[in-house]
Amino acid sequence: MAAKTTKPLEPKRTHGWMGVQRGHRARPLEWMAEKLIFLISLSAILMIFLIFLFIAREAMPVFLGQMDSSRAQKVIPPSEMEQLSDSELMAYLNLTLGEFRSMEKETLQILMEVKAEELENTEDHPDANINTTSWRYLLLPYEWQGYDQPRYIWQPIGEIQKYNIIPLIVGSLKVSLIAVSIAVPLAILAAIYVSQLAPLRLKEILKPVIELLAGIPSVVLGFFALLVMASVLQSIFGYETRLNAFLAGTALSLAVIPLIFSISEDALTSVPRSYTQAALALGASKWQAAWQVVLPAALPGVFASVVLGFGRALGETMIVLMTSAASVMSWSIFDSARPITATIAAELLEAVFGGHHYRILFMLGTILFAFTFLLNLVADLVMHRLKGKLEGRV
Amino acid sequence: MMAHERQLRRKEFRFSSFFFTGLTGLATWLIVAILFLLVGNIVIQGGPHLSWSFIVSGVENGMFNLEQSGVFPMIFGTAARVILMTIFVIPVGVATAIYITEYAHTRSLLIRFIRGAVNNLAGVPSVVFGLFGLGFFISFVGQHMDAVLYPGTPQPIWGKPALLWASLTLAVMTLPVVIIATEEALKAIPLGLREASLALGATKLQTVFRIVIPQAMPGILTGGILAVSRAAGEVAPILFTGAAYYMFGLPKALSDQFMDLGYHVYILSTQSPNIEQTRPLLQATVLVLLMLTFTLNIVAVFIRARMRKKMRFLH
Repeated sequence: MAAKTTKPLEPKRTHGWMGVQRGHRARPLEWMAEKLIFLISLSAILMIFLIFLFIAREAMPVFLGQMDSSRAQKVIPPSEMEQLSDSELMAYLNLTLGEFRSMEKETLQILMEVKAEELENTEDHPDANINTTSWRYLLLPYEWQGYDQPRYIWQPIGEIQKYNIIPLIVGSLKVSLIAVSIAVPLAILAAIYVSQLAPLRLKEILKPVIELLAGIPSVVLGFFALLVMASVLQSIFGYETRLNAFLAGTALSLAVIPLIFSISEDALTSVPRSYTQAALALGASKWQAAWQVVLPAALPGVFASVVLGFGRALGETMIVLMTSAASVMSWSIFDSARPITATIAAELLEAVFGGHHYRILFMLGTILFAFTFLLNLVADLVMHRLKGKLEGRV
Repeated sequence: MMAHERQLRRKEFRFSSFFFTGLTGLATWLIVAILFLLVGNIVIQGGPHLSWSFIVSGVENGMFNLEQSGVFPMIFGTAARVILMTIFVIPVGVATAIYITEYAHTRSLLIRFIRGAVNNLAGVPSVVFGLFGLGFFISFVGQHMDAVLYPGTPQPIWGKPALLWASLTLAVMTLPVVIIATEEALKAIPLGLREASLALGATKLQTVFRIVIPQAMPGILTGGILAVSRAAGEVAPILFTGAAYYMFGLPKALSDQFMDLGYHVYILSTQSPNIEQTRPLLQATVLVLLMLTFTLNIVAVFIRARMRKKMRFLH
């Protein structure tokens, strides 16, 4: 028995059939090149992982509730600067390492004095002791000083920084829903026409033309919305706020239409021709075959296109940045709205590096990433199953 | 006999079918009309303001007025970041596509994961890429590079927005575009070509590099052009990673910031002190950006159409 277990392992086979050399000993360079290709192919997975890791890393203190924005901070007299360590001083003055290093000692002394004055001035404000970065103030309404009822307020600049993220989430959803509800009927009807009903020659022209719409940079769509559509829509609908959710949603639908169109069109085209032929042979008209046979067969793909379109609308930045104004908590489509993406893009450069505002913007980015990740995952699973079904695998 | 056949062929007229076919056609033509309206508006408004001096001059004399400023620094900055991005993204994208199509088992779990990651990466919001560039490239990689390479420097060299970081961020963003286009091209190559090469004694890697890749070149090119066109128009990922509001002269090193065409459009349309005065400049700048991305897109469409035609003959 013992002899059996200690039997030496068979040497790794490097000589294959008829003595042909195989494996890494035979062609070490090719073996290495192939391993390298394999490692590089993992980069997409690695990137998804890194994106999540490094955005969440910056936002971690918010999630863990480690930040404190309350002003009930102890005032350190400027004369005691010598006794503080570098890191304590940096935290007290809200400085980054680079800024701290670039400063002369006198500059730091002046900053200490300014800080002390600032703290003494705001000490008597009734809301000064509130830690506005805690979850309660991020999510729930609060009756701030000067308001007569509890409100959701995003106001990161001012004496008391208010970071309620609900108006931003509502803004994002409102604008995206408007965009999707305009884009879905148009894009899906067009996809049915191009894939099923249009003559072949027309189809070959229409498809690339509509997909050209996807090639228009979003900043150009934003420009168009701001300088052309804004006035036209205002004169048609006669609303008061010039830059509102309706304008943003309409402009956004231009970015979403080509995406929904091209994925739906692909799904509809991938339905085997025999389905249509069978329906036509039974006496159905072309429209009936398309609507009652092909569309139901491709429905998961069409659904996935809508999900992806919604994700795209939530994540689109430049269009909503250029067409949104103040963040107002309102579900009305003719009120101004400020989506999450626009807020991040507009405010991150002005936020103090590593400060509360900066970290909360990263937290918003994490939420946005997690949400679009889920949407993409759902769409991916649905598409995969559809593909299996149409190829007769499931 | 003839009459009987004609009877069979004549479909009865159904109003609902006619109506709904018309409706789908209407939706299609509406989208096409919107596209033409948009592009036509930009071309007609911006066309008269285009001039050679506008293309080749910079912003030293002023930023918000057509007579004083041009777009050369922005074209230079956009071209620089896009070319750098291509250098990073093409090898990685092509290698991934090669692994997926040539090496891996088609139904393996790993391929499923890679595909899922690629599709997911394609749907990540562009501003999130900007945050990633800031959080990873600038405040992680860049600051560590500063600490190791230039210890004790007061001004950060790499730990700040830079051309290199913007290009890398864009490379991550356009990776799925390259992978998907290359994969499509590789799949279109008939198996017979690979088998013939292997039967003549070539190894797998030789087959890939001497047979498969040269055949797939138009597809890889299409992927590259689509990635360039997508990246050229994107602004959100470079907002925090490299674009400058204003800078004197052109970027000279990879660690410099740069001015960008798309970002300039954003600045002109939102930050101008007098929008009526800026309008001609803005329209001309938008036209330049649109021409750039459209030309690239149309070239990609043509290469792809030619490739498909050629592949049909091969099969």
